[in-house]
Amino acid sequence: MTSVPTDPGPADSVIPRRQHPALRSIKAIGLIRESWVGTIGLGIVLFWVLIAVFAPVLAPYDPTQQIGPLLNASPMSCAEPGQRYLNDQGIATTDGSECFWLGGDQLGQDVLSRIIYGAQSVLFFAPLATACAYAVGIAMGLLAGYKRGWIDDVLSRIGDIILSFPVLVLYVVIITAFGPSDLNIVLAVTFASAPGIMRIVRGLVLDLRNRDYVGAAQTRGESSLYIMFVEILPNARGPLIVDACLRLGYTTITLGVLGFLGLGLPPPDPNWGNLIAENREVVFTSPHSTLFPCIAISSLVLGLNMLADGLREVSLKD
Amino acid sequence: MPEQATPVLDKTTAAPAAPVLEIRDLNLSYFTRAGEIPAVIDFSLDVRPGEAVGLVGESGCGKSTVAMAVMRYMGGNGRIMSGSIKFKGRDMMTMSEEELRQLRGSEIAMVYQEPMAALNPSMKIGDQLAEVPMYHESGISYPQAWERAREMLGNVRLPDPERVMQAYPHQISGGQQQRVVIAMALLSNPSLLLLDEPTTALDVTVEAGIVELIRDISQQFGTSMLYISHNLGLILDTCDRVCVMYSGEVAEESAIREIFTNPCHPYTRGLFGCIPTPGKDKNAHPLTPIRGQLPLPHQRPDGCNFGPRCDHFRAGVCDHGLVEMETVDAHLNHRARCRRWDEIDWDNYRVESEARPAMEAGEVVLDIKQMQKYYPIYDRSLTAVLSGGSVRYVKANEELSFEARKKQTVAIVGESGCGKSTFAKVLMGLETATNGELTFNGVDLADKPVQKRRKEMIRSLQMVFQNPNDTLNPSMTVGQAIGRVIRKFEIERNPHRVQQMVLDLLDMVKLPRSFINRRPRQLSGGQKQRIGVARAFAGKPAMVIADEPVSALDVSVQAAVTGLLMDIQAEYETTLLFISHDLGVVRYLADRVVVMYLGQIMEQGTTDEVFSPPYHPYTEALLSAVPIADVTVKKKRIILEGTLPSVLNPPAGCPFCTRCPRKIGQICEDVPPPDVEVVPGHRIRCHIPVDELKDVEPVIQIAADA
Amino acid sequence: MVIFLAKRAAYMVLTMIAVSILLILLLEVNVGTLPTRVLGPYITQEQAAHWLEAEGYNRPIYVRYFEWIGDMLSGDFGESTRFREPVSDILWDRLGNTGILAFFVFAIMVPLSLGLGILSGMKEGSRMDRSISFLSVVTTSVPEFASAVLLSTIFVFALGWLEGTVGSGSAFNWTQMILPVSVLVLYGFGYIARMMRASMAEVMQSPYIRTAVLKGLPYRRVILRHALRNALIAPFTVIILQINWLLSGVIVVEFFFSYDGFGALLLEAAQNTDIDLIQACAMVAVVVAVGTQTIADIGYTYLNPRIRFT
Repeated sequence: MTSVPTDPGPADSVIPRRQHPALRSIKAIGLIRESWVGTIGLGIVLFWVLIAVFAPVLAPYDPTQQIGPLLNASPMSCAEPGQRYLNDQGIATTDGSECFWLGGDQLGQDVLSRIIYGAQSVLFFAPLATACAYAVGIAMGLLAGYKRGWIDDVLSRIGDIILSFPVLVLYVVIITAFGPSDLNIVLAVTFASAPGIMRIVRGLVLDLRNRDYVGAAQTRGESSLYIMFVEILPNARGPLIVDACLRLGYTTITLGVLGFLGLGLPPPDPNWGNLIAENREVVFTSPHSTLFPCIAISSLVLGLNMLADGLREVSLKD
Repeated sequence: MPEQATPVLDKTTAAPAAPVLEIRDLNLSYFTRAGEIPAVIDFSLDVRPGEAVGLVGESGCGKSTVAMAVMRYMGGNGRIMSGSIKFKGRDMMTMSEEELRQLRGSEIAMVYQEPMAALNPSMKIGDQLAEVPMYHESGISYPQAWERAREMLGNVRLPDPERVMQAYPHQISGGQQQRVVIAMALLSNPSLLLLDEPTTALDVTVEAGIVELIRDISQQFGTSMLYISHNLGLILDTCDRVCVMYSGEVAEESAIREIFTNPCHPYTRGLFGCIPTPGKDKNAHPLTPIRGQLPLPHQRPDGCNFGPRCDHFRAGVCDHGLVEMETVDAHLNHRARCRRWDEIDWDNYRVESEARPAMEAGEVVLDIKQMQKYYPIYDRSLTAVLSGGSVRYVKANEELSFEARKKQTVAIVGESGCGKSTFAKVLMGLETATNGELTFNGVDLADKPVQKRRKEMIRSLQMVFQNPNDTLNPSMTVGQAIGRVIRKFEIERNPHRVQQMVLDLLDMVKLPRSFINRRPRQLSGGQKQRIGVARAFAGKPAMVIADEPVSALDVSVQAAVTGLLMDIQAEYETTLLFISHDLGVVRYLADRVVVMYLGQIMEQGTTDEVFSPPYHPYTEALLSAVPIADVTVKKKRIILEGTLPSVLNPPAGCPFCTRCPRKIGQICEDVPPPDVEVVPGHRIRCHIPVDELKDVEPVIQIAADA
Repeated sequence: MVIFLAKRAAYMVLTMIAVSILLILLLEVNVGTLPTRVLGPYITQEQAAHWLEAEGYNRPIYVRYFEWIGDMLSGDFGESTRFREPVSDILWDRLGNTGILAFFVFAIMVPLSLGLGILSGMKEGSRMDRSISFLSVVTTSVPEFASAVLLSTIFVFALGWLEGTVGSGSAFNWTQMILPVSVLVLYGFGYIARMMRASMAEVMQSPYIRTAVLKGLPYRRVILRHALRNALIAPFTVIILQINWLLSGVIVVEFFFSYDGFGALLLEAAQNTDIDLIQACAMVAVVVAVGTQTIADIGYTYLNPRIRFT
């Protein structure tokens, strides 16, 4: 209702230039400002993205550097000068300048630096795994929803079986079977989330396939592939973007849980889940080394959820 | 009906009681992202006891907002800015929530547009009805309330009230649901009944029954009514007085016949020019659309809102300030919001509408013989499999036979569920026929889905769709959508020339060239439908199927799009297959008419043959059901009883036998009727002898003195 | 109804077969490491081979699978290689413990989330709505392990009010349940509350609520009689399916608080390639999953008269 034009009758011959698609999407993102929840969410997410990008500049220490005297050191504490510890080069001596703002962990590593580098790991693997799950889920959902018939029956049944099984158990079994590696984790997430995405896409397609413009495409003999990807998919993007934000948050949690259970990316990786798992034993005595990674992961997920809420709110306004 | 006006008028003049509802200088606004949007401006209205007042206008004119304001139910973002609403002399603006609650549903009741949505899906109808007396009458017990509800269902002529009381809303038909809603509104014997497009969602024969019921109510109970509709014909059938609204304001108000015989506001005049009444003819007396389009609420001009579209606009007079209502005739309470109403010389004013030469039909383009389309329904339950009855068929199309010629317009008419859309699907190749022949340009297409048709064949058979909001892909620009058709049909591949062709097509449908980069959400309904027409004609098809192309549009836009469609048809010498439920439009533009009911053709012939006796009894009922916005037309009234049989279980004999008012006996139920040829080309499928049908008096008669 | 239940039972068996085949294939990858896990890290190659032979792992996979099915049908769940006990001895105890946990979680979470969701959805955009919505976004954003850490930090480390771990064997201690239950309630409640809110808000916008208001019904009646039942349809399914979610949800919590429940058992079984135990746990999971789905569907038809059993 907002932008129906009232052009004067006669045909004017001036044709305005079409906006570049990139410009359009930037303008679309700008709309999020209308929702304060969304704006805060976007802010939090951008904050972590910047941290991840500039990790080497921001992190005061190498994430794997161990400074013995600061083992389990509390936040804002510095090493006393003259203490000796082992590092890559051999024995080193503290000079009093070694300060861990967020304290040290069980191995004497800087919690802050590990969180900063952990952002890199999380913001690489969570989107990657989510994207893979989406690629599979969208393809399955389009096929099931548009083709219907036995393809739909088979795909939906497979999806139901996977979904009816506790997800985490699935992860645990898959990862213990194939070992915790980058690839296996991405595959496990794809396998476990694709059916959920398929359901959403299928539902949207079932609605969109009855639109007249799809009928128009069918009556001019377009291929199924064209109709699915050009006529239907772009019009499902709104709900899918919102879902993707939520699911990205969920994948982030999953990666954290896997790390926490010791099934995540192999140890030196400073993934937030790993940080919590590594320091779980001291959680009741020096909680800061687990607390800060928990805050980090919670804030990122919160940001993504708020962004999703904001996007939904803005899209409903139109 | 015109006769109705007299007794009701008597009632009001005999008892010059104070108005039931008195609205003065009402201003309503909605608050959105874009700021304050005035929805209703300077609105005043009286409804007297027993009087039925019509509120008519196109979409977005504010008529429903008025009804909601009377209920003081404006939603979160609506607000009453100024003015007063008095009900029986009590100021509604100062009432508390509790006072309003006591008024709602007991003194003022409402009937809604979508009966299915208006009823609670998970509550038995009986409970929903019995609630009303329970909360508005003290000391009534639940069994008493239930009994009252059951009686009322009988009063609104619902068959088997006991069963309906125990049913959930989804278990009864749309027409029955609307009767339930009306019963609910009448239960507490209200003084004022608000009807918001109560029949718009219903089929025309069902609508006729509801309209008759509403008319009876006003006589039987003496209830005052505010009847909101976009359909002037319906208002003429039901109301004593009418307010014509345009863009948030009342344009003209008067006693009902006065508006039809002596309209003073140019908009009212324009509206009548857009309605395909029986006197209009596409060649000799074409419709005269109102130019331009409805202004958006925040883009209304200064002065008269209708100014930019008005032929009598005069700068300096019409373009400043708020135009006040001026009294035309005090006795009839005829008022118009026009500063020039007494200056305009209507007798010497004619909108230039060129009479079009009638087109000669050419050779046969489409020939359909005995076409059938059955959909199998599989019953997988164990008992069905064991008894062998696991597959049943929905007979969507049963033995269709007709032909269409070059340059001809053939209309397929029927109500929902008659199989007209299935037929379009088979023709377009989205489904294949179960049996029979479907020859188009000499090629049998009955068993050829679109994937197996030659590109040339697809190109020459295109379609215009019904819903303007659905017909264009929201994520494509107009240029992309039309360009894709041009490239797909290999008419042109060079991007530059494709664009040139798109621009030419935009010229053809009379849209500005700048629209090429617009997206559908930046277009109005009529504009989208024009793009749909341009897309269908992009490949110069030999035949175009138009599936209810204008039924979702406002009357004034309808006239313009219809005119456009016919101009292009004439230019391209296209065959037009026009699928519609609107007999008014069909009579206006079709050369031949095919009447369908429950998957079968009941009657076919030229438009004149079908619209005059001998009729098939169904055609007769259909013609009688259509409201006509013309006081010079006299119409026979036929109300169909019963509901449409299930397509899964149609009668063995004539499909219409369950509702036919002329049913002759058992033969109708058991034996399929013969297809009788009255004169070559005019066929009726009925057991009644043709000679008897010939003696039936015509449904519509135009008074000679008009 | 009988047909519906029979169909569901068949579907359950089908799912069990599919899941067990999938599992045995996945677990086959790690069978080679079993002797080391059972006998200790310092065994010789011959000892390992001998163990595998003696335990029957050298037979073809399908033989072992059918043997397992046969045992299952006769009520024998096999033997855990990890605990060296019959699976059934361990399984039911652990399941009972998780049942207790789940009971408390549901008893608190469901009324809380439904109540807040309804309050929130009744007046969309009100201050109450915005506060509740914000609260539920925040709580769903904090993963279970994170809220476990946060709550422990506060109540165990800083305030010293509670104990961090739940001892097994010793007498049942109510205070030990507080943290695990709170963590699960916190994480789960937001989801249901949001669902309930969305559903309630949608119903409040619907034409039949307008009808009810314009019928002149009191607000209480509109909410309780007209809105609530329709608004409960969507969240009902979600709530029932949360039982299923709880099965994986408890893994983290039980692991963190060393609670001897089903989740911890499953995790331990998976990490030790304890084939019989995993299979048994998985079958329990499938029964729970299909069972909850069936309850959800039956309840759904009860709430929504438009749906019939097929």
